[in-house]
Parts: sequence; structure tokens; C-alpha cells
Amino acid sequence: MERLIEKWQDKISEVTLGAKKIIKIGGETGIYFIEGEDKCPNPPRVAMEVWDMEPESWPEVLKSSFGKALKDPGDWAKMCVDKFLADLICLRLASTHPDSKNTSGEEAGKVLEKVMKAISVPLIVIGSSAPEKDNEVMAYCANIAKGQNCLFGIATQANYKTLTAACLSAGHAIISEAPIDINIAKQLNILICDMQFPADKIVIHHATGALGYGLEYTYSIMERTRLAGLSGDKMLSMPMISFAGQESWRTKEAKTGCMDTGILWEIATGSAYLNSGVDILVMNHPKAVEEIKKAINNFTSRGA
Amino acid sequence: MFIIGERINGMFKDVAKAIKEKDKSIIHDLALKQISCGANALDVNVGPASANPKEAMEWLVKTIKEVTDISLAIDTTKQDVMELGLGLCESKPIINSVNANEEKMKTLFGLAKKYNAAIIGLAMDKAGIPKDSEGRMELAMKMVASCMEYGIDISELYLDAVILPVNVAQPHAKEVLKTIRDSKLLADPSPKTVLGLSNVSQGSSAKHKSLINRTFLAMAIANGLDAAILDVTDRELMDTLITAELLMEKQLYCDSYLDAYRRK
Repeated sequence: MERLIEKWQDKISEVTLGAKKIIKIGGETGIYFIEGEDKCPNPPRVAMEVWDMEPESWPEVLKSSFGKALKDPGDWAKMCVDKFLADLICLRLASTHPDSKNTSGEEAGKVLEKVMKAISVPLIVIGSSAPEKDNEVMAYCANIAKGQNCLFGIATQANYKTLTAACLSAGHAIISEAPIDINIAKQLNILICDMQFPADKIVIHHATGALGYGLEYTYSIMERTRLAGLSGDKMLSMPMISFAGQESWRTKEAKTGCMDTGILWEIATGSAYLNSGVDILVMNHPKAVEEIKKAINNFTSRGA
Repeated sequence: MFIIGERINGMFKDVAKAIKEKDKSIIHDLALKQISCGANALDVNVGPASANPKEAMEWLVKTIKEVTDISLAIDTTKQDVMELGLGLCESKPIINSVNANEEKMKTLFGLAKKYNAAIIGLAMDKAGIPKDSEGRMELAMKMVASCMEYGIDISELYLDAVILPVNVAQPHAKEVLKTIRDSKLLADPSPKTVLGLSNVSQGSSAKHKSLINRTFLAMAIANGLDAAILDVTDRELMDTLITAELLMEKQLYCDSYLDAYRRK
């Protein structure tokens, strides 16, 4: 029987990240992992999350993997790259949240400089999800990292202008996030491009749902986005990012289950998103990172 | 929707003047303007009054090629002018048009094969344009069969059900819509469908032309129209086209869907 290979009319944009060590994501002209169709020049990449403060909410099984390094973002980032082979580091400026330590943009900038010094892989920098504070902190930090070609987030439909302008002037890429809504995702990308921001510096985030917490819904939106992008919709033909680690470790199963539950949850969530076409997976546990990297390798080489 | 810009046609006074005076700037402007408005291809017709159609076609095609490599629809009833035009094209050309006359089909499907061209097939023959959908389908079927006979990919055939001006041939509009719908059943993969849209408002009052065009276009899109030769510079017509395609789920909705379409 003849095997039908889908031919797509368009390609996903290729986003280049980093200054010292450069990584490219996206550029697909087909669906990942389908033999004969997956002309994907860049495999999916795994980023590991590093916080600017010790993450008190993390369960012990997650914290224990990093030991004392959790107290120093520079050491923590270095450990993720050297020991756990993270492709990118995702620095979360959690302490800047007004309900947390409410640290200033300047303090966040110092942490960012420290992390930049410690590693050479590309950096993702995200705020604390407090919109007003994020605008202040991220604008400052984007300038600190000028020329480093980082990926900054997170722009939403209600709050994208400040971050877009900051990324534009400092030459960073941007994460555009929609609440699992493909129509809003497209609209936000148009709004960002209307500010003269280049479309090939946008990475889409469809608010990640972990296994058991909306994974199927997010998966289907991500798959639709990828198919729309490959079919010629320029405002959806961007690479995608997913925060599989963060969402998995938020679940009650990960927090209260036996030792390995959270790790397995993270692996299951991450590998599902790999199949939806995700280009960057932001992960937490080193064991989950190891397994996901093996999966990427197995999928791309098809076990050969 | 595959959009063919209609403006480079000697029936328009500015084009006739450009051809006569060899004024390239008029043609350059029309080509670039239509492309910026969303044309995927440009129709090229020297007009009925041209004294030397071969020379005029050569000049038009070469002049357009100076500013764009977009596909051209060579629009002529004369075989020698057609072949000359096709031979000058570098991007995949479109033959505009063949009809169901045996002789015409033999010549033009042969040219389509030779020049790897897409081809527009008018649902008419020596007897003229059938009054109903059944008559049009019979002629469409002849062209589909002929297309297969010449080994041309059926998806390269654009069937034009031929819309007549509503002010003189009102019953034809609904027959054309039915033909567009039924054409999809002629083969698998099916032939494509196209309309020379502006003909529907030919002779109507200037005040209503654009309204008639865009209303009929929306109705045709709802019936599955794949392509149209139209005035791509008519902003309201293009907005209607984009919205009709949106409602047919050809494009994902977003609040700025008109802008999103035009960014393509």
C-alpha cells in the first residue's frame, strides 16, 4: 500500500537564541517524528528552570536534586548545564513578585548578570506573573542582557507593549502567551508585529496544562497551531514553548505522591508536548530532563 | 482563494493608452498595485481594439516581467498570441481560456501540456453559453475528459461556469452557483472552479457594481469557489472575500483577521 506523505506549503520560522553559544529552534517544514515528513532542521530543546530565590514551594524530591546550588542562581544554572546537560536555562525572577520578596529590577538584574556569567548557553528570562511589576523588572533586565539574544517572557494580550518595546530595543526574542486560545494567540502575534517586532523572534506559549490538568486541551491547540503554521498562517508559524516542569510539579499528585510520581508526571507531560510540536520544553527535575532528552534522541533517530 | 487581478486589460482606457504609447509606468504601477492588494496572478489581455495583438502581448508581458515574476494569465482567443505569451512566461502561466469546442480543446490542452500551464475552461461551446446548470455541467465534463486525455493533472483545470450580467441574464446567477457546487463531483481529485467576477455587474449602474460583485463573490465562495478574476484593488470586495473565506473556515479567526490575511 502506498504511504501518503503530507506536503505542507509553508514552514515554521527559525528563531536564533543566544550570543556565546547559539541555538536555533523551529524551521520545521513538517510534523516532528513522522518518517518522511519531518524535515525539521532543529530538534526540540530542553531548558531547565532556575529561580532567583530558593523555591520554597518545591517538593523535597525536586529540591534535593540541586542541593546547596539552589541558594545561588549562578551555581544552580551552571549545575543544570554542566551536570544535567540543559540546552538552555530559564531564569524565573520569582522573588520580584509583590507577594514574595518584592525585589527590585536592579536586584533582579544583578542575578541575571550572575547567571549570564556562569553559563554560555542561551537564556530564557521570565518574570513573576505580576503584570505591573513585570513591566518594570523585565524592561530593566532586557537592557542588562542587551546583545545576549535571550528569550524574554511573558507577553499577554492584556500586557504586551512594554515587554515588546524592551525586547525590540535590546534585540531579544519574546514569548507570546494566550490562555489556551488559538484565536487570541494569533491576535497577540499580530499586535506584537504591529509594533514592528520581527515575526521570526516570537515564540508561542499556549498556557501549559499538565497531565490530568488540561493536557489534552493544550495539546490539541498546539497541534492546531502547528498545522495552521505549516498551512501558511504566518501569524501562527512560530516555534512553541511549554512549561511542562512547572505545571507538573504544581499537581497534587506530584506534591503528595510517592517519590517518583512527580518525575513521571513531568516525563509524561513533556513527552506528550514533544509530539504536539513543541520546540522548547522547560523542565525541572534532572531525571525527567534525562528521560526527555533520551526520548527526543530516540524519536529523531527512530531507535537506530 | 487564488486571486487573479483583472486590471491589465486593453478594455480599460489607461491600459489601451499605455499599449498605444508604450508607457511602461502605467503597466508597472498596475502590476505592483494589484500584487500589493493581494493578487496571486495577473490577467494580461491586450484588448479587442489592439491593432497588432502579438506585438502588444509581447510588450505587456515583458513590461510586467520587469517588475515582478508573479504568474500571468494569458487572456486571448487567438492561438498565436496565446503561444507567444506562454513562451515568454517564466513563472507557471495560466491559459485564459479554453472552452468545450473540440478544436479549441485540442489546441489549448496541447499548449497547457507544452508550457506546463494551468488552464481556465469556460462552460461554453460553439452554441454559446447554456442557460442552466445541467448544460454547463455537460460542457464541464467534456473539458475534464479532454484534460485527462492530454495527461494534464485535473487540479490544473479551473472550470469557469461563466456568469452573465445580472441586468440582462438574471436567471444565470443561481445556475452558475449550482455549477460551482456540482463541479466538485466531476472527478477526484476535483477540478478547481473560477469566475470572471466583474461580468456579473457589467452594464449595471456604476453605483451598484461593486456591491453586486462582492455579494455574488460571497455567494460563490459559500458554494466552494476556488479562484476568481476580479478587481483586487476594490477594498470592500477584498474585505468581503476575506470574510467569506473566514466564515468557510479557510482561515483561523482572530480580531484582526483582515490584517492577518493581508500579511500573507
